[in-house]
Amino acid sequence: MYNKGTIIPGLILFVLFVTFPVWFNGFTTAGDLPKPELPPGGEKQCVMPAEYMRANHMQLLNEWRDNVLRDGNREILEIDGKKYSKGLQTACMQCHSRKEKFCDSCHTYAAVKPYCWDCHLTPKETASKEAIH
Amino acid sequence: MDKQRRKFLKIAGASVVAGIGAPAVIRLTSNSALASEHGTAAEHEEAPAAGHGQASGHAEEAPQGVRLGMVIDLRRMNENPELLDGAVAACIAAHNIPEFPAEKIKQEVKWIWKAPFESVFTDHSVHHAAGKIKNFPAVALCNHCDDPPCVRACPTQATFRNKLNGIVAMDFHRCIGCRFCMAACPYGARSFNWQDPRPYVKKYNKDFPTRMRGVVEKCNFCGERLALGLEPACVESCKGTGAMTFGDLNDPNSEVRKVLDKEFTIQRKPTLGTKPSVFYIV
Ligand code: SF4
Ligand code: SF4
Ligand code: SF4
Repeated sequence: MYNKGTIIPGLILFVLFVTFPVWFNGFTTAGDLPKPELPPGGEKQCVMPAEYMRANHMQLLNEWRDNVLRDGNREILEIDGKKYSKGLQTACMQCHSRKEKFCDSCHTYAAVKPYCWDCHLTPKETASKEAIH
Repeated sequence: MDKQRRKFLKIAGASVVAGIGAPAVIRLTSNSALASEHGTAAEHEEAPAAGHGQASGHAEEAPQGVRLGMVIDLRRMNENPELLDGAVAACIAAHNIPEFPAEKIKQEVKWIWKAPFESVFTDHSVHHAAGKIKNFPAVALCNHCDDPPCVRACPTQATFRNKLNGIVAMDFHRCIGCRFCMAACPYGARSFNWQDPRPYVKKYNKDFPTRMRGVVEKCNFCGERLALGLEPACVESCKGTGAMTFGDLNDPNSEVRKVLDKEFTIQRKPTLGTKPSVFYIV
């Protein structure tokens, strides 16, 4: 083979380059699956099974939004004896009280930036200015 | 070949004629169907034509369903100015409303606010008015008009009239900040967020969101509190004084109707025909 000295290192470099995503994930934590924190208060029950929520929480939130704001349907949900008033701040954040460790863990991993938090307050944000009620 | 072509042209011609004629036929038939099924006035929530035939803007249609409204007794407020300040403060606290310092007053966001009598009731002459009226602090908020011009102006339906209770509500999620509604509202009841309001919110209510830059906001008649069986925050803050009364204007037995039936009340700019649901005793 002619030019063995150039071709073989070249091939090795090429293979390394092409497989970069695979081995890079092996060396860093970038590929680790996110582990959203379970409710710090130890609640086990959600408004829907975890599997459903994992896949569909955004649709459920949109549905709640339309129920509450547009259709005037603000009924309080009662699920297994626990009451929830439809809302990100009034229901979800009551148990998942650390948005940074719950919501953000997957959203950062999936590189999605939901704009909920432009207006909705996280418990951390509320605590920064003495909460009332 | 030739025959087929003739046939094709005939069919094509016939379908063109049918195509032009069909909408008219459908319109005719559907109209008669509408007339027979939905002819009752109750179906037409807005009844836009009703306003044109009326001799004055004061007339009201026959009441339909719940229409929430308010009576504000300015005499009580005048006797005890703290009531007014308390009502404003209660609304600010309940709804995470920013409070801007004097140099940023152009960015002010207000849901319920204090203003001189003559600027709240611009179509009432204060010429030779009683001395007490001259320095009378009046209060203004969204009137939750029965025929709200802001709703007509809003291109996204972010502002809409809730058919269940007559509240002119806003869905901040949908608001694109075009400010058409602000131009349309004759009462200045709407405010625009020129900047992120959060740095100017003094205390957070954890059960209510803030707004973001580029969104319009106004009084929501405390829809979120009504759902919990509470009175509006401003009404609750003057509880027991009779300064503010809230309830269903269409229910002859409601508290608010009892006050309306007893006292002489005025509305803001009634001649515009927006049919405000907020009434004042002066
Ligand atoms: S007062 Fe203004 S904002 Fe309120 S319903 Fe009437 S037009 Fe709309
Ligand atoms: S500013 Fe928002 S609420 Fe007002 S008209 Fe535009 S979209 Fe509608
Ligand atoms: S009814 Fe509620 S939102 Fe409207 S001014 Fe009173 S406290 Fe504010």
